[in-house]
Amino acid sequence: MTNSISEIKDCKLIFLIGGNPTEAHPIVGLEMKKALRKGCTFIVADPRQIWFAQQAKLYLPLKPGSDNWLLNAMAHVILDEGLENKEFIKTRTEGFEELKAFVKDITPEKASEFTGVPAEDIRQAARLYAKSEKSAIYYTLGITEHTCGTDNVRCIANLALLTGHVGKSSTGVNPIRGQNNVQGATDMCLPDKLPGYQLFSDEKVVEKFEKNWGVTLNKKLGNTAPTMFDRMSKGEFKALYVIGEDPIMSEPNQDYTIKGLKSLDLLVVQDIFMSETAHYADVILPATSFAEKDGTFTNTERRVQRVRKGINPIGNAKPDWKITCELSTRMGYKMDYPSPKEVWDEIASLVPMLAGINYGRIEQNGIQWPCPDVKHPGTKFMHEGKFPRGLGKFFVLPYRAPAESPDKDYPLLLTTGRTLYHYGAGTMTRRSAGIIHKTNDCFVEVHEADAGKLGIFDGEMVKVVSRRGEITARAEVSDKVKKGVIWIPMHFAEAAVNKLTMDAYDNITQTAEYKVCGAKIEKI
Amino acid sequence: MVMVPKIKVSIDGKTVEVNKGKTVLQVANSMGIQIPTLCHDSRLEPFAACRVCMVEVEREKSNALITSCSTEATDGMVIRTDSEKVLKTRKTVLELILSDHPKDCMTCDKCGACTLQDLAYEYQVRDSRFFEKPDGGITEDENPAIQQDTSKCILCGRCVRICSEVQQDYAIDFKHRGFTTETGLPFGKPRRETTCVLCGQCVSTCPVGSLVEKQAAGKARDWELKQIKTTCAYCGVGCTMYLNVKGNEVVKVTSKTGSIPNDGNLCVKGRFGYDFVHHPDRLKQPLIKKNGRFEEATWDEALDFVAGKLNDIKARYGPDTIGVFSSSRCTNEENYLAMKFARAAVGTNNVDQCART
Ligand code: SF4
Ligand code: SF4
Ligand code: SF4
Ligand code: FES
Repeated sequence: MTNSISEIKDCKLIFLIGGNPTEAHPIVGLEMKKALRKGCTFIVADPRQIWFAQQAKLYLPLKPGSDNWLLNAMAHVILDEGLENKEFIKTRTEGFEELKAFVKDITPEKASEFTGVPAEDIRQAARLYAKSEKSAIYYTLGITEHTCGTDNVRCIANLALLTGHVGKSSTGVNPIRGQNNVQGATDMCLPDKLPGYQLFSDEKVVEKFEKNWGVTLNKKLGNTAPTMFDRMSKGEFKALYVIGEDPIMSEPNQDYTIKGLKSLDLLVVQDIFMSETAHYADVILPATSFAEKDGTFTNTERRVQRVRKGINPIGNAKPDWKITCELSTRMGYKMDYPSPKEVWDEIASLVPMLAGINYGRIEQNGIQWPCPDVKHPGTKFMHEGKFPRGLGKFFVLPYRAPAESPDKDYPLLLTTGRTLYHYGAGTMTRRSAGIIHKTNDCFVEVHEADAGKLGIFDGEMVKVVSRRGEITARAEVSDKVKKGVIWIPMHFAEAAVNKLTMDAYDNITQTAEYKVCGAKIEKI
Repeated sequence: MVMVPKIKVSIDGKTVEVNKGKTVLQVANSMGIQIPTLCHDSRLEPFAACRVCMVEVEREKSNALITSCSTEATDGMVIRTDSEKVLKTRKTVLELILSDHPKDCMTCDKCGACTLQDLAYEYQVRDSRFFEKPDGGITEDENPAIQQDTSKCILCGRCVRICSEVQQDYAIDFKHRGFTTETGLPFGKPRRETTCVLCGQCVSTCPVGSLVEKQAAGKARDWELKQIKTTCAYCGVGCTMYLNVKGNEVVKVTSKTGSIPNDGNLCVKGRFGYDFVHHPDRLKQPLIKKNGRFEEATWDEALDFVAGKLNDIKARYGPDTIGVFSSSRCTNEENYLAMKFARAAVGTNNVDQCART
């Protein structure tokens, strides 16, 4: 997020697109509810009538995968009606003329055909967004889990740049990160970058790491997870060490993932439970839960916060950091730290954006990076006065269709998501009594009209089929989801929705297209 | 910047200058003066139901008793929080509240953390002249997270308000009239069938033992619990919370108002989703697959096996045939080490998290 959670309540307008905070990020949801009580205007674009859609001034029930049309058409309206922030565009951006020429033809009428949203509502959304004094956009995976995910994010940025709604408090562009430490994991662990997004192309950076670690780095950029699976399918990959992940549940196209894992000479899984992936392992190493270890997590507002050990490890389990160190030492590269604190100190010494953070400073409250030195208070909102690359760039982004759209054989559009009660592959939440009390089985949301055509009743068990596989789920029939669209949560191993989804990826981030594929429903 | 006008207020003989728009309670607290409260929670709008926060304000004719939680401080106000009139009235108020409250602190899960108990002790209210046998009792409900005992309810309305004002779930409300008034779910419905999302926010705000964490009931007295401040391991909001530990068991999870970024609020996952930690399915011993079956191994055996095998593969096929998946569930330090392991120990840049979400 470019802004902080504490700024949400003071937003004057929130444009929520492809995100369902009341379920996926409930406490961010509460802050938005505070804003709502204070009179904040909501525009919600989502194929499902989520909680905020019901409270919104304007609800845009758009077809999954058509975000590009909606966003570009909003840019069209802003320019057409002269609502842009001319001063901001002049001083802080580049590429404006190209964008202007491009969106000239993206009329709300045309966009309406693709999105299913009335043209007048698109106009209204653009006006409200542009005119409000503090407009913030919030989005999550509904925007990014597409083959055009990065394009979508840039379309959103275009709107913020056009209107200058960025770099101020309660005003900005804010992805809400899904999992607890996905921000920190990305900060630390990328195949093509050194920690803190430092580049291999920078000799000084490489030298710094080589000196600190006492090794010569391999300069060949690494494989992303999808590329590793691709190489497995070709028999080119030999070993995988999986720490705390369950790719069989989280990667799209389950069959393909399993085949890949089976092709390995060595699969090591380090986890707290026997995950789906662990069944295929050669060795399983028992790790500890968050309650049994020290360290830090970085939340969605870039705040580095302490995790503290409350209990001793269960059984013979060990914390992940210890296991990795012991394994490394046995392989001949010594890693020896008395505690995670010393690991953090090493991180801070190598990563400029974290240099000012240490355990002492975050004893009470976490600090938001960038925090370049120990006097720096941390950064509440980013891009004030300047973007990391200097000027904000407008991108010209024509619509690209999803890798698979509904057709004659698979007429329904399947999209996926999370529920309030469960998390990820459900390995933790489904072992929690309080949580499974509310929901513990897989369901598929179907629009009444579609259910009527298929002769399906609410509560009936049905088969959901795609080109890649099939699952059984309980039908939830209502008008919550848009006609022609079905929605399935991702947490249930026995009805894993990634048996159905596409293994097509965004061209830049390689995020999988979980949000659109063709499917059909059959009676059992 | 809008300039907020300043006002001068005197409390217990000390005068301060503060921004206009604060309640008397807020001003007193900012001066370090404590005023007891029962129906007040900084996350909620003032409600003025319990009256224990009463203070005395000097007025021209006769001084007035006002509820400090709901009265805005005004310029020139002269306030006493500890006058005889205040203390005497407060004692009577407590007696009235205790008239409808069971005297079973000895088995109550809230004992030691109960505001009413603390106040009764402070004001030495042992008996109530108005005592009648409280009605109600533990509400039958099969949900494993929240337990309600309506006999202990003091009708402060905090649960109802947090559910409607903060959560905006509107699951519970006041019911019945007079002495039998209580709070709860509509029409005695099971919790599962209501709009309740099991967030436990109502539990977190209840000042007495009327709403408690069911799974913790009977497990520990408050003073036996060690509270360890940590960060929720579920979603990216990163709520600050406390593991309440007895022995080697997490008995419950709580939070505190003022915590960043959640101000004491938690959702169902953070508050009630901790019991997986002690689930019998936890992996407790390294396992090596032999002839298609997992067999228990020591750490030495398992680690030596993996290290040997990885070195072998590295020597035979090169480091770039090896990959490491790290996880957003792991700490920053662990992610860093996984990355360092791949780059420094294996010698490959094949390191990624597979959930790119
Ligand atoms: S658990 Fe949450 S939703 Fe349910 S009654 Fe309590 S505050 Fe309301
Ligand atoms: S249940 Fe607790 S919070 Fe709710 S009104 Fe009664 S005493 Fe107050
Ligand atoms: S308590 Fe809920 S909202 Fe807060 S971090 Fe945990 S899962 Fe997220
Ligand atoms: S705290 Fe003021 S009336 Fe209850």
